[in-house]
Amino acid sequence: MSTATLPSARSRRRGIRGAGGGWAPYVFLTPFVVLFLVFLVAPIITALYTSLFTVERSGLGFGNENASIFVGLENYRRALSNQGFVASFGRVLLFGVVQVPIMLALATGLALLFDSAVVRWKRFFQLAVFIPYAVPTVVAALLWGFLYQPRVSPLVSGLEAIGLDIAFLAPGTVLWSIANVTTWSVTGVNMIIIFAALQTVPRDIYEAARIDGARELRVALQIKLPMVLPAIFLTLLFSIIGTLQLFNEPMTLRSITSNVTGDFTPNMAVFSTTTLGGNLNLGSAMAILLGLVTFALSILVSVLSNRRKGGS
Amino acid sequence: MGAPTVNRIPTRRRTEHTGGERPPIAARLLAWGVMLLVAFYFLVPVYWLIVASTKSTGDLFSTPGFWFAEFHLWQNVVDLTQRDGGIFWRWMLNSLIYSGLGSVLMTFISVISGYALAMYRFRGRTVVLAAVVGSMLVPQTVLAQPTYTLLVNMGLNNTMLGVLLPSLVYPFGVMLGYIYAQASIPRELLEAARVDGASEWRAFFSIALRLLTPGSVTILLFAFIGSWNNFMLPLLVLRDPSLQPVTVGLSGWSQAAITVPGLQTLVIIGALISIVPIIVVFVSLQRYWRSGLAAGSLKL
Repeated sequence: MSTATLPSARSRRRGIRGAGGGWAPYVFLTPFVVLFLVFLVAPIITALYTSLFTVERSGLGFGNENASIFVGLENYRRALSNQGFVASFGRVLLFGVVQVPIMLALATGLALLFDSAVVRWKRFFQLAVFIPYAVPTVVAALLWGFLYQPRVSPLVSGLEAIGLDIAFLAPGTVLWSIANVTTWSVTGVNMIIIFAALQTVPRDIYEAARIDGARELRVALQIKLPMVLPAIFLTLLFSIIGTLQLFNEPMTLRSITSNVTGDFTPNMAVFSTTTLGGNLNLGSAMAILLGLVTFALSILVSVLSNRRKGGS
Repeated sequence: MGAPTVNRIPTRRRTEHTGGERPPIAARLLAWGVMLLVAFYFLVPVYWLIVASTKSTGDLFSTPGFWFAEFHLWQNVVDLTQRDGGIFWRWMLNSLIYSGLGSVLMTFISVISGYALAMYRFRGRTVVLAAVVGSMLVPQTVLAQPTYTLLVNMGLNNTMLGVLLPSLVYPFGVMLGYIYAQASIPRELLEAARVDGASEWRAFFSIALRLLTPGSVTILLFAFIGSWNNFMLPLLVLRDPSLQPVTVGLSGWSQAAITVPGLQTLVIIGALISIVPIIVVFVSLQRYWRSGLAAGSLKL
């Protein structure tokens, strides 16, 4: 974060004036810091703690005497040897490898088109792309769920009419049907972020390129695209985090197809272990493992993006 | 408000500019084709939802999906209102409380924190900044299970507070507040206010807050969307249906619809009603969040 260093340099220049606030910054920050400690730090510590124990039900159900026993990393070992849980990571990685590039290419392509002179009615089309983002993902999944069901869907019957027989909810296709819901939901917001970045590029750069004889497409690919790479990396980072956290869409589609299992994604495995399985301890260990993987991947992408920024 | 003027002018000038030398006709036709396809993909599901909301359960299955049948919309709304003692409206109200109240409070907390981090130099500032940046990489959903575990220990599960309070922590919002405060509040203005004898509170409430409006609206909308999408935590925490947000309620109905056929129509009309307020908010606040987003993405 290059911005973090900037203000401190600036405030150093201000010198004594900085002391002017006195108590004020502390009061202003109190609500956030308190909530941060209670609802971000404390849950993580609680989960770490809980994950090291297991609840033993003693006395064959008599007296309800449940004892917590320290088991060290046993829950982590059990989570990692749980095939469904491990497979769910493979599933979201496969999902991410396909869905994220497609979605980002679509968002970037649209942003470049909206930034060019060839598109008319920009406001209408931009809004059209963006509106799905305002639809809660659960509702989006319900909505597409209807469009995937042969009995109600005009889509399925339309495709049948032209000779395409697609079962959207079959075991092999349901993952991609979920990917479609995600793409539909988030392309708009990523497009807007990239578009906003494009708008801040000084226009004279393009003029210079055009005078040098570059065509619109070349300007877009060789000048505009590199200029907005930081914004694209940012959207990439959010998309990767989002993919690993996948929960709302598959969970909602579960109500219409049995091909989405209870541990379809890591988050769903955490959820069903905690609720149906009634195992808070194992669930906590799974949540922490998921957090670690997410964190590691985000760091990796950040490092790659910074190196890229430094290199160019 | 620096950003919108900076980037609106060039676009407009460019459009006028290109009026003389329009792109070749083939390129424009291709662009129209692509745009129509894109609009089709993104709008058709919403269009289908509107059409389907006007149908009775029988017509839903027996008439063409993309065209209207006998107009049954009002009856669907009546049925929706009557089901389970009007619980749907209770869900809407709950969502409004969780997302509306939650995001307003959260935006205020984020903006005032971002402002403090940007405008003052004090002990512990770097620690807070580092914590904010670091925790931005810890996504909300991974926190759902740990938060639930904590709430169980605190005895706050199955309460409104259990869903509302955790949603007030949003490091990304603080980061945006920090960026917006840096970009849009000239220090000289604050110093002038202090010289004139304004207290730190007054300087924030009557000067800074006004300058931070576009940024705040952006944070508010992100927060609002975020909590409308918040599904896993309420699903874990709330046993009592009358406390659930509309998304949890509707997905419950969708599950029950397997055995209760009439429910499908109610899920559809409920889904439509649930997105109306949010789309209205988005479209009417467009001017603000667009400029806020432009300023934010520039700096991040």
